[in-house]
Amino acid sequence: MPEALVTLSLRVNGDDVRVAVRPSQTLLEVLRVGLELTGTKQGCDKGDCGACTVLLDGEPVLACLTLAVTCEGRVVQTVESLTREDPLVDAFDCHGAGQCGFCTPGMLMTAKGLLAKHGRPSRETIKQAISGNLCRCTGYGPIVEAIAAAGEGRRGKKDEEPLPAPLPSWEAPKP
Amino acid sequence: MSGLIGKAGRRGDLVQRALGSTRFTDDLHLPRMLHGKTLRCPHPHARIARVDASKALAMPGVAAVITGKDLPERFGIIPWTPDEHPLALEIARFVGDGVAAVAAADERTAAKACEAIEVVYEVLPSAVELDTAITKPEIGLGAKRQDNVSKAVDLAFGDVDAELAASEVVLEGDFHFEGTAHVPIEPHCAIAQVDAAGLLTVWSTTQVPHYLHRELSRVLRLSPARIRVIQPPLGGAFGGKSEPFGHEFTAAKLAMITGRPVKFLMTREEEFYLHRGRHPMRLSFKVGARADGTLTGIDARTQIDGGAYSSFGLVTTYYSGQLLTLPTTAKSYRFSSTRYFTNKPPCGPKRGHGSVQPRFAFEVMLDRLAERLKLDPIELRRRNAVAADSKTINGMRVTSNGNLECLAKVEAASGWKERRGKLGFGRGLGVASSAYISGTNYPIYPNEMAQSAVQLKVDRSGVVTVFNGASELGQGTDMLLATIVADELGLPLDCVRVVSADTDLCPVDLGAYSSRGTFMNGNACLAAARQVKAKLIAAVAAKLEVPEDAVFVTRGALCVKGREGDAVPVDEAIKLAEARFGALGAVGSYKTPPKLGGEYRGGTIGASPAYSFSAHVAEVQVDVETGVVDVVNVWCAHDCGKALLPTQVIGQLDGSVYMGVAEAIFEEHLISPSGLHRGPNLLDYRIPTSLDVPAIHSMIVESMDPEGPLGAKEAGEGPLHSSIPAVANAIYDAVGIRLSRLPFSPGRVLEALQQRGRG
Ligand code: FES
Ligand code: FES
Repeated sequence: MPEALVTLSLRVNGDDVRVAVRPSQTLLEVLRVGLELTGTKQGCDKGDCGACTVLLDGEPVLACLTLAVTCEGRVVQTVESLTREDPLVDAFDCHGAGQCGFCTPGMLMTAKGLLAKHGRPSRETIKQAISGNLCRCTGYGPIVEAIAAAGEGRRGKKDEEPLPAPLPSWEAPKP
Repeated sequence: MSGLIGKAGRRGDLVQRALGSTRFTDDLHLPRMLHGKTLRCPHPHARIARVDASKALAMPGVAAVITGKDLPERFGIIPWTPDEHPLALEIARFVGDGVAAVAAADERTAAKACEAIEVVYEVLPSAVELDTAITKPEIGLGAKRQDNVSKAVDLAFGDVDAELAASEVVLEGDFHFEGTAHVPIEPHCAIAQVDAAGLLTVWSTTQVPHYLHRELSRVLRLSPARIRVIQPPLGGAFGGKSEPFGHEFTAAKLAMITGRPVKFLMTREEEFYLHRGRHPMRLSFKVGARADGTLTGIDARTQIDGGAYSSFGLVTTYYSGQLLTLPTTAKSYRFSSTRYFTNKPPCGPKRGHGSVQPRFAFEVMLDRLAERLKLDPIELRRRNAVAADSKTINGMRVTSNGNLECLAKVEAASGWKERRGKLGFGRGLGVASSAYISGTNYPIYPNEMAQSAVQLKVDRSGVVTVFNGASELGQGTDMLLATIVADELGLPLDCVRVVSADTDLCPVDLGAYSSRGTFMNGNACLAAARQVKAKLIAAVAAKLEVPEDAVFVTRGALCVKGREGDAVPVDEAIKLAEARFGALGAVGSYKTPPKLGGEYRGGTIGASPAYSFSAHVAEVQVDVETGVVDVVNVWCAHDCGKALLPTQVIGQLDGSVYMGVAEAIFEEHLISPSGLHRGPNLLDYRIPTSLDVPAIHSMIVESMDPEGPLGAKEAGEGPLHSSIPAVANAIYDAVGIRLSRLPFSPGRVLEALQQRGRG
């Protein structure tokens, strides 16, 4: 028997959305397939890798272990809500805190949740907080440094890095 | 050169990936797309007597089911050993071998349909363990069914027996490595689509789009002109995506049958069965030396557990011996390596293909020799170092060589002289050094064409597009090419776009394996960029009426020597050049110089246009109560020729050390006697978290390779090799035990400590 669909209302990245879901569907599936928010990644679909981390009412959760129907009326934030100007995102680029970037969206959302709670987390606290987010490329060192830098309001290692160049405005030359 | 090369700082390519605008393969969703699932064999070795898919086909939502008979052609990455079928044809050779594949409206339906397929298996005698494969040749997993041998290589250089007989010291040692997996966070995924004109397009998480193109054509019996392979950016690979996989063919076949796009996404469990991870090996080493520390002979015998199929096994077997003659050498060398088939998930290349396991054995032997000879282990390596601009004992040409500088760097940074042996019981330092290829001159299938090529398209808007066949896995090749072009032409980085790994758009590159990207792709790109640069210079010189050699490129403009005020912006120069020469573009290619290797059968395997060098010192703290080894620090110095993108290079060193240390202390790919994986998930097969990693101190050494692009060599695989033996040697320094079996888990450490206590 195919499952009956239920309508789910939630707030995603600032937008109120209504979406039809099956009761067995995970938040991850609804985000990636239903809402086409593919920034959130699936690395295991079993709660073991952290690639699917999003913020649910401000708390980092694993979207692959969260049933979509439990999110009725709640606030979800995915990596699509961040921008390149975000000091945390910028610190990741400055520190080389990602290589393939597949773990990075989840890592960023965990870090967002952490920074919202502790303004300036210690490196030990950061390591604890991201210990559920697996990264196979970096060895974690640059990730810890990037989050620490963002917490301290720095971008680069000593703040020597210029800001990302703003996208320039442009006017067509007169013929 | 205009100042972009060699700058540390921003990675520059992370934001799109980080924020979700990069589309990885599984992020692609095509209209009317079906989802595929594979039914896998539950037995390690079985004849498939009957497959009945009628119940599955009758299920609502199921579009098609195929079995081995629908794709009878064999494939394999090495053209001499094609022994895989997309779905097992008659015989399945390991638990997890594909038997049938379904395309259905969604993944759940496809999975249910797989369960509804009825298969009758006749279970065959199997060799799951390496020992069984060796002692029971009658199981007949080999090509001629007479034994279980996949490949045997015996090579000797110099008179090993005579040298060892005349040595003051000869030590023997046995070593055991049980295998590890790549575990990229992105699982394998493939999507296939056939358009109305009959063009098959396959998007896949592959490191070898060109080889996939060839094999798709062969297996599907379709002209390569009717196939397009696109490799989206990868979420990590580490060698685990460097050959064709069954699901790439089944996706294509099901798309051809149904006329609809079909996607296969592997589950994490399937990842562990597809495997192609680092080969289990048993190694026996005999190494001799004179009293002054001169190494006289190395005699190595290695048994390799290949798993069910050939994969790169021919190369693995050679690499297990051929890559051991650098950076430390002996007067004579002999190795005998045999790869056996077993009924396990197939093994393949993982970061440091074939050479990580023997490196572990050899570097531990060197540590033991140094102790016996009362020499500092670093000094022993110095005394036997291969020189720059020389030839190895097995005939490999060596050019740039930063080995001694790497050793000096880790010696100084770790406080080796002051601290080693003086840290108290439980804490210790260990050293190891290694070398690796920067690409190989062996092109997998024999041909005289370029190994890498790049095409540049120059636009009037001041944008240059690099079309390149190479594969971006996260290691940074796209950024490397963009930087080379921007630097040569004086363009801002964001005015260079890179289009990669699309067989319709890009010239052929053989793929991201053997650490060939920077060296081969970089050289191809540099050659193309320099042609465009010459045209820009010619056009500017003509316009300003000055000789061409007076014009040079700076950031943003072309200038005239002595007349800096006359700068012509690069986008203006592009227009001038287009007016003068017509449409602007260029192609560049790279091919290794001929005759790099030794003059014997197999002498080209392991021959590289350049070698990278690494040295590591590890510091460990061993808890004698629990047996837990805590790797506290690793100092890693790596000679990459020239660090074109230092942030990316440091990232490769950090990542290599991380991966190597994990293999030293806890990763182990275990298959039970029934052929089942012991824990095909990320909880049981534990990879390090942020709480498990040492402090990694990565240091760059630059030897300026004469043939590398702007002096560069590889950095992605070499720096892993020394991690494992450095940890092993540090454990000895800490608590006086020699562990011969990896990983150095608490149980093994405790057992060795107890034995030492008794002994
Ligand atoms: S995909 Fe959710 S934890 Fe791995
Ligand atoms: S950057 Fe590749 S997994 Fe973290």
